[in-house]
Amino acid sequence: MTDLASQPKPNWFSRLAHPGSFMAWSRPLVVPLAVATALLFVAGLYVGFFRAPLETENVGSTLPLLYIHVPNAWLSQFVYGAMFVAAFGTLVWRHPLADVAAKAAAPLGATFTVLALFTGSLWGRPTWGTFWEWDGRMTSTLILLFIYLGIIALWRAFEDQLKAARIVAIVTLVGGIDIPIIKFSVDWWNTLHQPASIITATGPRMAGSVFLPLLLMLLGFTLLFLTLHIVSMRTEILRRRVDSLSRQAAARGAA
Amino acid sequence: MSAILAIIGRDLRLAARLGGDALTLVLFFVMVGAVVPFAIGPDRVLLAQLAPGIVWIAAFLSMLLGLDRLFRADEDDGSLLLLRHAAIPLEAVVAAKLVAHWLLTALPLVVASPILAVLLAMDQATWVDTVLALLVGTPALTALGTIGAAVTVSLKRGGLLAPVLILPLCIPVLIFGVAAIGAPEGSNAAFLFLSAISLVSVAFCPFAAALALRVSGE
Repeated sequence: MTDLASQPKPNWFSRLAHPGSFMAWSRPLVVPLAVATALLFVAGLYVGFFRAPLETENVGSTLPLLYIHVPNAWLSQFVYGAMFVAAFGTLVWRHPLADVAAKAAAPLGATFTVLALFTGSLWGRPTWGTFWEWDGRMTSTLILLFIYLGIIALWRAFEDQLKAARIVAIVTLVGGIDIPIIKFSVDWWNTLHQPASIITATGPRMAGSVFLPLLLMLLGFTLLFLTLHIVSMRTEILRRRVDSLSRQAAARGAA
Repeated sequence: MSAILAIIGRDLRLAARLGGDALTLVLFFVMVGAVVPFAIGPDRVLLAQLAPGIVWIAAFLSMLLGLDRLFRADEDDGSLLLLRHAAIPLEAVVAAKLVAHWLLTALPLVVASPILAVLLAMDQATWVDTVLALLVGTPALTALGTIGAAVTVSLKRGGLLAPVLILPLCIPVLIFGVAAIGAPEGSNAAFLFLSAISLVSVAFCPFAAALALRVSGE
């Protein structure tokens, strides 16, 4: 007996990650995630602008930029982390959903990196007196952007998306070397960008009134990424279905 | 080991019979270096100051240009398919091709570096440092290049993509390669870093490149 019923039942992880069931379980998630994102943004901005101080000694009146810049910088690395995990899924388990997740994440990560660099340079002008400085963290973030753009270019260069996924996964794993460099750049090179101030041995190094809105915005931006990522993955799966359907239709037409 | 030597010998013989390729690369290397004085003016003091960076950029560009030849010809005539089924693992094949490619593209640049030293008003000590840094640093560029060449080998229009992919990864080589030139004797941490990057990438890249070649060939 080799019928389907006698096969071992796939574990919950395989079932969760099957593209078909992903389409089913992700559908009702999109709207609640979008609403939660919007609520966190409203709460974070409200607390940031009306409850927290608008100025501090070291950055002056540019403090609110913190609530935009830090979440984008965090996501620029978090998204790469997600792609890194997806690359493992692609290479080790050859998981089709991991391919889709990696492909959908790359443009989002590139966008967050651009926003982090952009808000950073806007912030650098009044506080440091320059839009750009060849500082360790900025340079390594710029390199991260180049890696993202290279990966996107590689995705677009292949027609066979299955092969592309595995090739891109190799590049993603190799490029992952940049993430620890960004993280530790402020410790290795004593430069302009301030050192780690959120996760330190002695807890966050900022006033609680500033930390709360920052935390809300960090959560909000992370949920924003999750929302966009799920929508983008759904779009990619649908696009692949359309592709294979039109190929089948063309094959039938030719026959 | 003899199989590895055979692959290296084959690549060198092929390059020698086709001829001209290594010479063209050297010509490109010297020309990039020679164009800079036109761009920034023939000020000897300024040139001598910029010389290490100019030589590194010239070497960088030459090596990126030559990347496509690493696996392209073998892919086109089918010998890559045979090498994938060879008795030695594909990783060893990639390592052998890495050595051959380095001998064909990096060593000629080092040999040609005295020309740039004269054109860019380098003094002798700086030139010796530059040669050492190039000798130690270029294997890392070739090794990272194998990854770029391997992931784009199945693409018909992969020529520009490989340099774009690996250039971000090559930046540390450039940073420490330039820093190693002109550092005080005995305390050259940048030179040690450059050696470390080279050793790690030469050891690691053949595995990534071989994986990419296997995926590309499926």
